[in-house]
Amino acid sequence: MSGELLSVKNLEVIYKSSGEMVQAVNGINFSLNKGETLGLVGETGAGKTTTALAVLRLLPERTGKILTGSISFDGKNLLELNDEEMRLKVRGKRIAMIFQDPMTALNPVMSVCDQIAEAIRYHSDKVDKNEIDKKVDHVLEMVGISPSRKHEYPHQFSGGMKQRVVIAIALSCEPDLLIADEPTTALDVTIQAQVLAMMGELRNRLGTAMVLITHDLGVVAQICDKVAVMYAGELIETGTLEDIFVEKEHHPYTMGLFGAIPNLGGESKRLHPIAGIMPDPTELPVGCNFQERCPHVMSICLDTNPEPYVNGTHSIACHLFTEKCNVGGDNYE
Amino acid sequence: MKNSTVNDKIDKEVKDARRVTKNSHFFEIWNRMKRDKNCVISLTFIGLLFFVAIFANFLIDESLVTTQNVAERIQGPSSAHWFGTDLYGRDIFARVVYGSRISLSIGILTTIFATAIGSFLGAVAAYFGGKIDNIITRVSDIFIAIPEQLMAMVVVAAVGATPISVMVALGVVVIPNRCRLVRSTVLGIVDTEYVEAARACGMSDISIIIKEVMPNTLGPIIVVSTQGVASLILTVSSLSYLGVGIQPPTPEWGAIIFEAREFLRIAPYMCLLPGAVIALTALAFNLVGDGLRDALDPRLKD
Amino acid sequence: MSKINNDAPLLEIKNLKKYYDIGSNSKLHAVDNITASIAKGNTLGVVGESGCGKTTLGRTILKLIEPTDGEILFEGTNIAKLSRNQMRSFRKSMQIIFQDPYSSLNPRKSVYDIIATPLRMNKTCSDRNKMEEQIKSIMDICGLPSRLLNSYPHELDGGRRQRICIARALVLDPKFIVCDEPVSALDVSIQAQILNLLMDLQDEMGLTYMFITHDLSVIKHISTEIMVMYLGVCVERAPSVEMFKNPIHPYTRVLLSAILVPNISSRNKRLELVRGELTNPIDPQPGCRFSPRCEYSNDYCIGKDIELREVSPNHFVACSYIQDFKP
Repeated sequence: MSGELLSVKNLEVIYKSSGEMVQAVNGINFSLNKGETLGLVGETGAGKTTTALAVLRLLPERTGKILTGSISFDGKNLLELNDEEMRLKVRGKRIAMIFQDPMTALNPVMSVCDQIAEAIRYHSDKVDKNEIDKKVDHVLEMVGISPSRKHEYPHQFSGGMKQRVVIAIALSCEPDLLIADEPTTALDVTIQAQVLAMMGELRNRLGTAMVLITHDLGVVAQICDKVAVMYAGELIETGTLEDIFVEKEHHPYTMGLFGAIPNLGGESKRLHPIAGIMPDPTELPVGCNFQERCPHVMSICLDTNPEPYVNGTHSIACHLFTEKCNVGGDNYE
Repeated sequence: MKNSTVNDKIDKEVKDARRVTKNSHFFEIWNRMKRDKNCVISLTFIGLLFFVAIFANFLIDESLVTTQNVAERIQGPSSAHWFGTDLYGRDIFARVVYGSRISLSIGILTTIFATAIGSFLGAVAAYFGGKIDNIITRVSDIFIAIPEQLMAMVVVAAVGATPISVMVALGVVVIPNRCRLVRSTVLGIVDTEYVEAARACGMSDISIIIKEVMPNTLGPIIVVSTQGVASLILTVSSLSYLGVGIQPPTPEWGAIIFEAREFLRIAPYMCLLPGAVIALTALAFNLVGDGLRDALDPRLKD
Repeated sequence: MSKINNDAPLLEIKNLKKYYDIGSNSKLHAVDNITASIAKGNTLGVVGESGCGKTTLGRTILKLIEPTDGEILFEGTNIAKLSRNQMRSFRKSMQIIFQDPYSSLNPRKSVYDIIATPLRMNKTCSDRNKMEEQIKSIMDICGLPSRLLNSYPHELDGGRRQRICIARALVLDPKFIVCDEPVSALDVSIQAQILNLLMDLQDEMGLTYMFITHDLSVIKHISTEIMVMYLGVCVERAPSVEMFKNPIHPYTRVLLSAILVPNISSRNKRLELVRGELTNPIDPQPGCRFSPRCEYSNDYCIGKDIELREVSPNHFVACSYIQDFKP
């Protein structure tokens, strides 16, 4: 469980299209140890998927570009590898990725068995058909699908089962890191619970590290060890689970997120939304990106980008903390 | 780090205000089209062609189209006769200019009417489904099976070769083609929620088809139609060349080449220059169609 | 939160059914024998997962889908068998807000046109100036700045688009609105804004809602009464507070326990997981449709359809085991 596996430093990613340049990710830093699960939290447009694609160097060729930064995986800088090395040695084999929509992630004309076998053959030295078959059976059992169904086609499975197959393909080569981009968002809540429980179990059994991208803090609380909150292309708060869910000091956006979640326990009828909307990446304000929605905005926020305030494992990029001001009695929970 | 000043804030508000009022679909599409050089050049060419066709009377004396001057027959291009003269001594350039009226009007009018009828039928077929869809689709399948030229020849042989009969003959072939295109586009729209919302506020089916559905099919229709104009101009010309279209002495482009075909070896300019005009016109319409398609869906470019 | 109103309800549905013909004499039971009523000013929350029929129910009540059988009583009049023309006059009072703000707005129409369409359809406003005034006032109520009057949907984000959908539904001054998962496609912070807006509008304009969702936490805030659906049938129905305090049907309990709270104290609690997958809604056998997946299922659960029984005031459950059920 020790040893750093992934370390991202100062990553900047842009999208260029018909003359316009958009800053999607603006200098983020995070790291992940072997076997740990990081929850990358943020709303639509925050840049989470872009970050994941950047790690795997899967950004759209003509429009996406990594400007600067380093992505160090198991000691090696991924940005120094050429595309063929990434393809043969890293993608699928050491870092696997699963996406949100299980309906379109599987090839509709190949049986489930063939798709898993294809992944195994591509990334390992196994050539013996029997060995591969046995591995396919083993992997299907791991994800809770009866091996008798392996010759069926994707359309014969439900959404939750399809997502299990996708996870099976991803884990069949026993990668060191799994990046899951909103894997349960499209699933019903009871199926989500099943799939998350299964992912947690597998993660424990295989020792796989995981980056779980989600907008759901409930999912994060259930399965993650570390949390990173992203807003408009920047990481505004990072920390361990305790730092985020137990500590009282938070970035105002994080506080707003907690406050906006409908509360099963509370008595009050009204919710406490965060006013306004996330700024358009083509028109980011000077200074802190959250200034227009922040209830604690100060004059320094309007022209200076906040430096992260670090308290042990907990890091918050907000002037409230670097200025050592008190948030006061405001509590959105 | 930049300092944000009052001016910056005002600029932002002005930009905000401008952004939300001017960005109608058409403006954005026009902007994108302007960036495609081929498209701009083609549009200019077509504009010129239209200008010349409409104001031909003021530019060139109409009599030149029919005046025969045996003394000056089969002369190459010169300053007096830009495209030279034909076997009767008539000025070819004048004939091409006046002929543009016929080719353009047949091409464009046929496209407009046939597209309107075909699109409406396609939308009705997709919207109502069931028996109506079956009937419309089967009938249009029958007509699609017949090649354009063949259909035109049959109609012309039956009714005689006038511009109207050629238009009707070609229209009959274009209608089922548009019908199919619009039907497949509408099938994707018919289940959307904004159509359901229209039903929920009491709109009648015909209103929904015309006001909610068809405006969303304009994109593919316009693209296919501009390229369709090119194809029709070529077809009209080839019909005249085959002798079953517009008959000489009407100066339709294909008819001009028809008359010049015996002289291809001696006086190639008689065929080649009018032929070049036909080709350039068709090319221009095709490029405009390409530009429109890219402007309407810029994602396709990347 | 409005009290349970015991006057004549605004909307009542009795034994409502919608079956789809699948060919060779098979029928898909999308909505099977649903009975409910909503009093004026209240909200009926309909909750269930995909395939439970809640979306079909919402659209059938508005006659966007023709019901197979049953009654739909709007202010006492049965509209179930009315023709499309006869329904026109009711359409002003019954509206719908859809889930996906990206596909529920015509991309070729400006905000003004979208909101004006219902007005034009029902010929309520002849004067162009007055129409613009009315539209601006509705936009204001829904939190849309009037400078967006000539904007197009593709320029606006999900939250603003959903506000346009709400404005479109409100412009005819309806009495009843079916909200079909109106916040599911929105980000958490925007969800909260839209939910607050819907609740404020209900208070100010005396609206009655049927709020359809799969998210139990959202429904607690907005509903007076909650109905849980599974494979086309109602398995439990109770006032909102009671439902959360005392859920009885095993499926309701599973749904509640599957909600992941942003709280690490619940991290290692064993989720009351349900086994297996949804069964087939085509030609279902008589009996409880949840029994193949239910922990407590036994012989009483199959062979005969289970009726809804009142276990406490206004709290109905369709479960054969309830007498002996120990939560």
